[in-house]
Amino acid sequence: MAYGEKVMDHYENPRNVGVLDKDAKNVGTGMVGAPACGDVMRLQIQVNDDGVIEEAKFKTYGCGSAIASSSLLTEWVKGKTLDEASEIKNTDIAEELALPPVKVHCSVLAEDAIKAAINDIKSKA
Amino acid sequence: MTTPIYMDYSATTPVDARVAKKMMQYLTMDGDFGNPASNSHYYGWQADEAVKKARQQVADLIGADAKEIVWTSGATESNNLAIKGIAHFYHKKGKHIITLKTEHKAVLDTCRQLEREGYEVDYLDPMPNGLLDINVLKATMREDTILVSIMHVNNEIGVIQDIETIGNLCRENKVFFHVDAAQSAGKVAIDLSKLPVDLMSFSAHKIYGPKGMGALYVQRKPRIRLEAQMHGGGHERGMRSGTLATHQIVGMGEAFAIANAEMVEENKRIRALRDRLLAGFDGMEEVVINGDMDARIPGNLNISFNYVEGESLMMAINEIAVSSGSACTSASLEPSYVLRALGLSDELAHSSIRFTIGRYTTEQDVDKAIALVREKVQKLRDLSPLWDMFKEGIDISKVEWAAH
Repeated sequence: MAYGEKVMDHYENPRNVGVLDKDAKNVGTGMVGAPACGDVMRLQIQVNDDGVIEEAKFKTYGCGSAIASSSLLTEWVKGKTLDEASEIKNTDIAEELALPPVKVHCSVLAEDAIKAAINDIKSKA
Repeated sequence: MTTPIYMDYSATTPVDARVAKKMMQYLTMDGDFGNPASNSHYYGWQADEAVKKARQQVADLIGADAKEIVWTSGATESNNLAIKGIAHFYHKKGKHIITLKTEHKAVLDTCRQLEREGYEVDYLDPMPNGLLDINVLKATMREDTILVSIMHVNNEIGVIQDIETIGNLCRENKVFFHVDAAQSAGKVAIDLSKLPVDLMSFSAHKIYGPKGMGALYVQRKPRIRLEAQMHGGGHERGMRSGTLATHQIVGMGEAFAIANAEMVEENKRIRALRDRLLAGFDGMEEVVINGDMDARIPGNLNISFNYVEGESLMMAINEIAVSSGSACTSASLEPSYVLRALGLSDELAHSSIRFTIGRYTTEQDVDKAIALVREKVQKLRDLSPLWDMFKEGIDISKVEWAAH
């Protein structure tokens, strides 16, 4: 399958790869997907005292589209409040990356990941 | 643009230049373009001569009589003709068929169709190394079993089944034995004058011949009967109608003749390259070879790099053209059914890459593949949450994942 330019860019130069301290009070972790399905995303966000996401990191096991979706997501959530971040839709990601229909589930996974990370941070409050 | 290095010879092969040259002599006005069935004039006679020669070339590689070769459009058609042809002709003898879960879809889907027609089919599990356990086959045979269909060499993992032992068991039980040899002809010695095989399917494009061309070996002594699946002018002794594609047939014949002359030397060279490739991955962690390493064709290496998804690895090493058992490479989103049938976990199946080496692969190609794979696997593992978990000592199979 041929990939779009933006997918290739994120895939070859993924942004914000890494790990944050999952036990820190101001860090939320969202781990979604399953190895059996061929993709697992771990998205972590760190919020400052004003409730704004100041740092985001990811690691993803999956195809190029899954890696690109999570990389793009980390770029988008930075500087957003949790409420703003929770409004990111999978369709926005799919559109930005020009994902073909068979790869839309990768963007769904990314939306699930940010929701899970937000829930995690809220559960710590 | 520099084109990627081709390491997908089990998907298809380029036509050998010597083959293409021959084929071109049977197309144009100044060539032998005639219909081989035109037995009343020069053009037909010339084409018929060419077809006769090719039939002998194919027969020679596999130790058959030229009269036992039926031309088809490829191994898919050969498999259909063999399996449906036997089932339909001998249905009064019984309606039970046995095959293997790791067969090509051309066999599996044909069997599914026969199930819809009221036949019963057993799909046997191979052993974890991909080979058939003869005792499992023995235990599955019934009074009403009419056909066993087992492939010679598997397209994904390259393992070679012991068709002599399987065939002997079939003979003892008076069951017809069909072998899909699309991936073995030209790679493994085949002598049908000795092997207990009744029907064998061949493809031209897997052995440096043209696509759209194949053959079915149908044993004559004792005579095997088939119900035709393609009706028409009664070509190929009524078993497969349709005007013979002279240039395609000539191409297949030439490809088989070249394989006959060069197979032994070529296998040595290809095996050395494959072993060099495998040795190049020495010392990498969490690498699993899929399928038996001894009973295997020289050109195949199917290998899983655990915690790295196959499609993203293929994308990372896109300077070499390979294939993967990863779900993402198929429309179904299911990982390779062949690897699953070996008992591989889904994640190992998702992580598999098939390298197939052939006539035009060089040492430099192999060295480039090794360097690329080593670099990119590391890069993707650094990106993989599963690799982190593995390094932390977490057993991934014990984690409860939310399926999606």
